[in-house]
Amino acid sequence: MLNSSLKQLSALLAAKKVSSVELTREFLRRVKVLNQEYNAFITINEEMSLDQARTADTMIASGVACPLTGIPIAHKDIFCTKGWLTTCGSKMLSSFISPYDAHVIERFNLTGTVNIGKTNMDEFAMGSSNETSFYGPVKNPWDITTVPGGSSGGSACAVAARMVPAATGTDTGGSIRQPAALCGVSGIKPTYGLVSRYGMIAFASSLDQGGPIAKSAADLALMLNVMVGFDARDSTSLLRDQEDYARDLEKPLEGLRIGLPKEYFAEGISEDVSRVVDAAIVEYNKLGAKIVEVSLPNTKLSIPVYYVLAPAEASSNLSRFDGVRYGHRALEYADLNDMYQKSRTQGFGAEVKRRILIGTYVLSHGYYDAYYIKAQKLRRLIAQDFAEVFKQCEIIMGPTSPTVAFALGEKSSDPLQMYLSDTYTAAASLAGLPGMSIPAGFGNGNRPVGLHIIGNYFSEAQMLNVAHQYQQVMDWHTQMPDITKA
Amino acid sequence: MNHIDNEMTWEIVIGLEVHTQLLTQSKIFSGASTVFGGTPNAQACAVDIALPGVLPVLNRVAVERAVKFGLAVGAKINSPSIFARKNYFYPDLPKGYQISQYELPIVEGGCIKILTGRDNNEREKIVRLTRAHLEEDAGKSLHEDFHGMTGIDLNRAGTPLLEIVSEPDMRSSMEAVTFAKTLHSLVRWIGISDGNMEEGSFRCDANVSVRRLGDDKLGTRREIKNLNSFRFLQQAIDYESGLQISILENGGKIRQATVLFDADKRETHVMRSKEDAHDYRYFPDPDLLPLEISQDLINEIMKSMPELPMWRYYRFIARDVDKYKLLIEKQTDIYPLQQSSAYLKFGVEEIYALSKYDATMLTADKSTADYFEEVVEIVGSKNAKLCANWVIGEVAARLNQNNEYITISPVSAKQLAELILRICDGTISGKIAKDIFGAMWHGEHGSSADTIIEEKGLRQISNSDEIRRLVDVVLIDNPHQVSDFCKGKEKAFNFLVGQVMKVTKGKASPAKVNEILQEKLDRKKHG
Repeated sequence: MLNSSLKQLSALLAAKKVSSVELTREFLRRVKVLNQEYNAFITINEEMSLDQARTADTMIASGVACPLTGIPIAHKDIFCTKGWLTTCGSKMLSSFISPYDAHVIERFNLTGTVNIGKTNMDEFAMGSSNETSFYGPVKNPWDITTVPGGSSGGSACAVAARMVPAATGTDTGGSIRQPAALCGVSGIKPTYGLVSRYGMIAFASSLDQGGPIAKSAADLALMLNVMVGFDARDSTSLLRDQEDYARDLEKPLEGLRIGLPKEYFAEGISEDVSRVVDAAIVEYNKLGAKIVEVSLPNTKLSIPVYYVLAPAEASSNLSRFDGVRYGHRALEYADLNDMYQKSRTQGFGAEVKRRILIGTYVLSHGYYDAYYIKAQKLRRLIAQDFAEVFKQCEIIMGPTSPTVAFALGEKSSDPLQMYLSDTYTAAASLAGLPGMSIPAGFGNGNRPVGLHIIGNYFSEAQMLNVAHQYQQVMDWHTQMPDITKA
Repeated sequence: MNHIDNEMTWEIVIGLEVHTQLLTQSKIFSGASTVFGGTPNAQACAVDIALPGVLPVLNRVAVERAVKFGLAVGAKINSPSIFARKNYFYPDLPKGYQISQYELPIVEGGCIKILTGRDNNEREKIVRLTRAHLEEDAGKSLHEDFHGMTGIDLNRAGTPLLEIVSEPDMRSSMEAVTFAKTLHSLVRWIGISDGNMEEGSFRCDANVSVRRLGDDKLGTRREIKNLNSFRFLQQAIDYESGLQISILENGGKIRQATVLFDADKRETHVMRSKEDAHDYRYFPDPDLLPLEISQDLINEIMKSMPELPMWRYYRFIARDVDKYKLLIEKQTDIYPLQQSSAYLKFGVEEIYALSKYDATMLTADKSTADYFEEVVEIVGSKNAKLCANWVIGEVAARLNQNNEYITISPVSAKQLAELILRICDGTISGKIAKDIFGAMWHGEHGSSADTIIEEKGLRQISNSDEIRRLVDVVLIDNPHQVSDFCKGKEKAFNFLVGQVMKVTKGKASPAKVNEILQEKLDRKKHG
């Protein structure tokens, strides 16, 4: 059952071979055992989960089940969940019980999906290793001395360790794809605007996008079918016809043109990762795809641009955490400014403070044009690069992350090295393009390597098809870390 | 130091920033109600209190109101315009930033014409507008009700505001007040704001500087914040300009600052100097898309535009149709972006030929102008001046006692018109009419002029034979005054008129009494 696809679980539920309550209990049991070691969850609430499972069983019994009804999944603790502690990995919100549901949560609730818990994450989604969480780092189940990636590290770890069949995540500069790669699971960040940001605690509004993490492309498609949808409460939400993201999974790849940006295989990529990605490309060739070399000349700018724009937006987005209406407030303070200062000093961790400072700096009078405006211009250039490349191919491939999972603590004292983990993922985020990562093998230390797939706007169904076809001939995605305890 | 001297050597330069609350059911970025006076925080939803994860959604009605203003002042409507975040910390600012517009406001340019000068608004002056932009209001800090603590009421947070910024075109506190009043009237006139100043729906900031007459360069300005009455606006500018002049005359320098007006002491006090001015770190709000406004929407709003106060003013004073049309053409020079055809639909049907003073008073707000025209429509434009006198005089005087708008007048335009008609046809005198009006105001006798006239027997005595008889009696009863008159004491005449009126309890037609008395006295004098 641990390796069962969402479709298989759904079939078991429909055939009454297992009830949602039983399924939920089993996964909860695994979570409780494994979480002690992996720290993938911040909150579990057995009673609330089981309530949902009972509701799901009623839905199934009365024949109104949807594809995911009764299946337990986990939600990144960035999604506001009514009645649940919603911390965003921060001390600031360590006592915040959300009075409302994010759009994504609402949609899962409507389909009768069971929320099994809230997953650990880098504080306010700022990090690439999950080490910035107030709740402590998540461990990579392939090697508990290494990081799971971030910021959706808890979700990626939970799926990798089969604590849940699937989970939600969010991606601002790579926060779904990079942990998916490092944990050997599949994850997709859809086109900006497809998944409503309502109730998803904002990091960088123009980049943030929700998406699923699961074991396979086929599972991602089913998750996306629930997550994507117009929401009038998010002004950047796109009004489009509902799609079935699983519709093209079985299409052959004959004639598909895959572009390999030469900049993605240049300096910075480690040899083991390069070898795995090359092998995956060979498989695609065998599947009938045509490989073309392309160029994204502004690739090297994506990290500098990202680290101007994302902190700029974050510095403003995080201003609401002032200790006045909710969230952490210092116990003692002299006056109003002192209250702000102490509450925010105590409530935020070092990385969040660093980014607030960077963001405040680049928006300041006298620096705005040189940093923020310049970065916006470069952002357009980066998007133009992609537009050019998509004239030569339908899909872009490369490594998701330059290295396999690194050791806990290895980069936490060197922010710049940490930021470079997002080298390949940030560009697609800046362009608003969909990107995904699927497991493609193992590198040094038998740690997973992710294959990065970037598609054109709204080409999610095609990307999932491309990933699914690979997963029909290769079995990397079915491989599990050695977990004996559960 | 002499104030008159100041005015002769110094020039006061004023620009205003006016925050006017737009009339909408719900807030500018959330669905919460904007009704004034609710229980604290009862009208603050998740978006207004800035819960984690919530997002703003723009209220379309607020946008339409802003566009309507832009069109009314002949401004350019920017499409797109951009919402920007103004970042600063304050407890009643829940997000830690205010959503406003910075680099690309929805309304750019335009102007307002004011009537100024001491002699009955003889002088016309154009005050240019820099821009008008949409933004959200903040909440309110309550310092009084909580011992040692501050309460926060977020009911007002997110209320839609239009901030209207003028160029520094005003040269006296009186001009500034006239501009503010004209603007206040305009926003009410076109229905985009209730302009309720007590509730904070119309608040002014005044940028004041002074310079020596003849200087081209503007002096250093100080900004007086949050003036919520025309009286305070005038007092604050008078104090501030006087202060600046005395500083400069004593060899001092003006330091740029934001100041607050203390209405009790009638003084301004520095709130913050330029050195501690905030760096608001404006940047485009990534939660809101650039605001596009289609030409269709602009056309639709244009169609719904009422005849504007200034145009109505010109129509009221017009003495012939051709001159009025000329004036209108002149206006389109000032408002190049306005589609004059849209305004010309309000043609001149009737010539009222009112004085500028009357026209100014009648166009102070739309309901007064409407009321007046309803009266004139019944009475006839021949007697437009009489109608104007009644509306400006009796009606306004009674309303002003309570600071009320004409819409709540207990005497309707139709009732007033019927009363005026009875004056015109000689049934009653103007003086009796005022008494009847008083009775109507208090709802007597079903408040119909005719009913009151009949029931109280107030019909004017205009029968010449009867008046002759009454005059004869008065002349016999007052031989001294008659002889005084004959000796050339003209005053005695008025006394005798008064006696006739007294006998008739004011019902005699004054014109007839005058005529007959004159005739009889002349005969005595010369006969």
